[in-house]
Amino acid sequence: MSPIAWLAGLGRSVLTLLAVFGRVTLFALDALSHIFRPPFYPREFAAALLHIGWLSLPVVGLTTIFTGGALALQIYAGGARFNAEAVVPQIVAIGMVRELGPVMVGLMIAARVTSSIAAEIATMKVTEQIDALVTLSTHPMKYLTAPRILAALITVPALVAVGDIIGIAGGYAVATQNLGFNPAAYLKNTADFLEPLDIVSSLVKGAAFGMIAAIMGCYFGMHSGRGAQGVGRATKSSVEAAAVLILAANFVLTGVFFSL
Amino acid sequence: MIRMENVHKAFGDNHVLRGVNLEIPTGTSMVIIGGSGTGKSVALKCILGLINPDSGKIYVDGQDAATGDRDAFLAKFGMLFQGGALFDSLTVWQNVAFRLLRGSLKRPVDEARAIAIEKLRRVGLKPDVADRYPAELSGGMQKRVGLARAIAAEPEIIFFDEPTTGLDPIMAGVINELIREIVTEMGATAMTITHDMSSVRAIADNVAMLHGGKIRWTGPVSRMDDSGDPYLDQFIHGRAEGPIESVR
Ligand SMILES: Nc1ncnc2c1ncn2[C@@H]1O[C@H](COP(=O)(O)OP(=O)(O)OP(=O)(O)O)[C@@H](O)[C@H]1O
Ligand SMILES: [Mg+2]
Repeated sequence: MSPIAWLAGLGRSVLTLLAVFGRVTLFALDALSHIFRPPFYPREFAAALLHIGWLSLPVVGLTTIFTGGALALQIYAGGARFNAEAVVPQIVAIGMVRELGPVMVGLMIAARVTSSIAAEIATMKVTEQIDALVTLSTHPMKYLTAPRILAALITVPALVAVGDIIGIAGGYAVATQNLGFNPAAYLKNTADFLEPLDIVSSLVKGAAFGMIAAIMGCYFGMHSGRGAQGVGRATKSSVEAAAVLILAANFVLTGVFFSL
Repeated sequence: MIRMENVHKAFGDNHVLRGVNLEIPTGTSMVIIGGSGTGKSVALKCILGLINPDSGKIYVDGQDAATGDRDAFLAKFGMLFQGGALFDSLTVWQNVAFRLLRGSLKRPVDEARAIAIEKLRRVGLKPDVADRYPAELSGGMQKRVGLARAIAAEPEIIFFDEPTTGLDPIMAGVINELIREIVTEMGATAMTITHDMSSVRAIADNVAMLHGGKIRWTGPVSRMDDSGDPYLDQFIHGRAEGPIESVR
């Protein structure tokens, strides 16, 4: 292949990527703007709160409790190599709150909520339900996307807070039951060590990840191809995109909060 | 009055509409016939703006459909989709009363429900289907729920995409009568797509035949039988031989 052709190919791929990025950004801005412009659909919003927030609690609780427990074991084992076993409460707390809580919850939301939003909206699209909404004078962006995005924006930080606490509790349980830590001292060390910025960063990450998860579900659902295959593809792409973007955003936000 | 002027629409290299010109006077019933896949549904969706035509103009009551207030424009319309397009997360009555439960036409819930049940009755469905979900109904029942939803807010212009396919002959007769009634009593403008020639005769004031991306023939239903157009003749008599190829 000649260098020119290779360059042209590279240029085309970059342009396609930029175009997709531009479309997603425009979609996100449009979707967010509908959150603030009437008409509002409180019933749809309430349903979204239930599905995205409340019903995600079990999976969030289970993933974070095991993560917190494993984290305590690893830190203990790693710390033992240079006689620093005592740092388990502090590192579990910082690891869960700053990093693993938001990331685990974000990824579980991508798996659970992004996929279901994408599949639901894509199915509505291929069965002409979105067209039907339009003919019934209802804006699909207001009726379908705005309530879901707003609900994710509100509930995912709350889920992260719950996940942080349960994760720390998992670490606490393992440390006090198996590793011989004193319960009262463990809790005191945890509470003394965490700073407000740790908690703020955790919640901000939660809000960002929630928004990414909901927007990706809506975007890929709304742009689904035709038929069952279209729905399948939209769902798969939405989860991939949400997971990658959540991890990328996590990196950026961690940089913003802790290295500036 | 709805007017389509030289409307073109292609999907990739599939040129579906190649210059459609059609006029539907206010308060009349137009029936569109034509082979499967000739673009009848696409034509209706172009008027509603669900599909953007590649070129050409569409006017509704003298107003260019592509410009102006979308909400006011859509408020005039009701549409029955070929596949029903019922919202499967809502019950039957909530589907029918969709417009009456939100937005500018919002009514109290009891009133909306009562209207929904009345519209269901008009399409031959009993009140006990009101609280069921669309997936629990037969195909023909879903179609009729879609019809009830299209007429629930008493729109000025109603599009019916194959209202009687999947219905038994008696039910088809009821629906034909209902469409006729909506046009004569409520003064609505109706545009119906159907493959059922007895429906055509029951519903239509005017008939248009779509073939090859254009309106092949249009005129009053009374002139349909002596049009002298070989395409139309072949179509209404359902003959395999003629100018329209039967294998496409
Ligand atoms: N969204 C779309 N994307 C791509 N092609 C489409 C789309 N909608 C319709 N078509 C194509 O346009 C052509 C006309 O479709 P349309 O649904 O209007 O047919 P029809 O006349 O309503 O047929 P039928 O009587 O079977 O319902 C078909 O070839 C179809 O494949
Ligand atoms: Mg059709």
